[in-house]
Amino acid sequence: MKADNQRIVITGIGLTSPMGNNLSEFRDGLLNNGSGITHTEIRHMGVVAAGLCKFDETKYQTKKMRKRGTRAGAISIYCANEALADSGINFDSVDKNRVGVYLGITEHGNVETENEIHDLYNVHNKDVAFWSHHHNPRTVANNPAGEVTLNLEITGPHYTIGAACAAGNLGIIQGVQQLLLDEVDVAFAGGISESTETFGIFAAFKAQGALGHHENPAMATRPLDINRNGIVVSEGGAVYVLERLSDAKSRNAKIYGEIIGYHSNSDASDFVLPNTERQIECMKMAVKKAGITPDEVDIVNMHATGTPQGDIQECEAVKAVFGECKNTYINATKGFIGHAMGAAGALELAGNIPSFTDGYIHPCKKIENLDPQCAMANLVNGEKVAHDVKIILNNSFGMLGINSILLIQKY
Amino acid sequence: MVSNEEVRTKVLEIIADIALDDDVTTIKDDVALRDQLDLDSMDFLDIVMELKKRHKIEVPQEDYTRLASMKSCVEYLAPKFNA
Repeated sequence: MKADNQRIVITGIGLTSPMGNNLSEFRDGLLNNGSGITHTEIRHMGVVAAGLCKFDETKYQTKKMRKRGTRAGAISIYCANEALADSGINFDSVDKNRVGVYLGITEHGNVETENEIHDLYNVHNKDVAFWSHHHNPRTVANNPAGEVTLNLEITGPHYTIGAACAAGNLGIIQGVQQLLLDEVDVAFAGGISESTETFGIFAAFKAQGALGHHENPAMATRPLDINRNGIVVSEGGAVYVLERLSDAKSRNAKIYGEIIGYHSNSDASDFVLPNTERQIECMKMAVKKAGITPDEVDIVNMHATGTPQGDIQECEAVKAVFGECKNTYINATKGFIGHAMGAAGALELAGNIPSFTDGYIHPCKKIENLDPQCAMANLVNGEKVAHDVKIILNNSFGMLGINSILLIQKY
Repeated sequence: MVSNEEVRTKVLEIIADIALDDDVTTIKDDVALRDQLDLDSMDFLDIVMELKKRHKIEVPQEDYTRLASMKSCVEYLAPKFNA
């Protein structure tokens, strides 16, 4: 048994998603067939399906600082403050040198760069004298985490973890590691995305033949459905307050769960296509590192983006690891909110954590015509399942072949 | 001819769009802007940029101190608005 100072627990959750701006709103949508996907107009793209967040950007920062910063920074500040309030930590009494901010991002800087280039060509006749002095602080890769430190006057380390769509999990993993290394006492860790503000991501998915669209936006992405039609780009964020169990106990903190295991590896096989074997290895290693067996896992939350190869290859991997596990249920989140990119892993984990207390496994958004290659015995489809959940495994994968797995146990 | 009062109004419009959380209607003309508003060096660069964008007025770096107060802004910018 590990000592309490070698065990990392979640004591606060702050999020904004296309389907709610706190955990209870988000969970309600997952349990009750909600949808966060709408049609919106994107520069050069016209009308597309997207998952947009509607949180109050100036709830925790001034209007001036919002204007100076980025959408990613605003999402990060909102989520971090919500997580802090949820944690119940008396932040005035915390040594800010011992607080770290570790946020996963798929990309950063595209939004600001596109805007500046747009104005350079369309407003300023290619005169770079009008290029904003805000461009560099807005586009440096640490921007979202840095804005959190400025907002909360945190003087410990901050940086982002660039990990494509595996980034949400990797942000949390980084927080866990820094706590275990005793570099910090409190970690704000998770993932965020502002990707819906950049036309380039939509255009690239469209060029790849992977951009989801439907006249009913709620059906624009249908992971695991034979009629799946691709990815819906979403924005959002989920930031967790992580602490060592010893510290959480000493202040009688509410504990959402313990991070009992994780793993990350690389496919080393393709820029965009997933690799079943590496996914299997990643899940198996995470389970092994957690000191459990696959049949102890109650929920496997799939990455499942709604592309044929992504869905089918991941289903093969899940079946290879959990196919014989009668007690393990499978769900996926993106049918409800789209693909929140760097926030996906962290948000999708958050959506499942209430299972520890409400006793349900949230379903996949109703899959009308299940792809036979995605058929799995315990796939939770359309209707929630009552179950005593003790362990959640969260899959998150990304381009360039990056895989990340988290395992959370009820405390 | 752009009057000093009109110059003041144009500067005030720019400041209002930058100091978004401050009440700019009570600015005292002979008191440093920094002493009465939440402005930092990035904000003064914004003022310089907006003068260039909205009014095609260039403020060279060596003249930035001339933007310290509303009074010095008007004194410095009036000839540029009327050039």
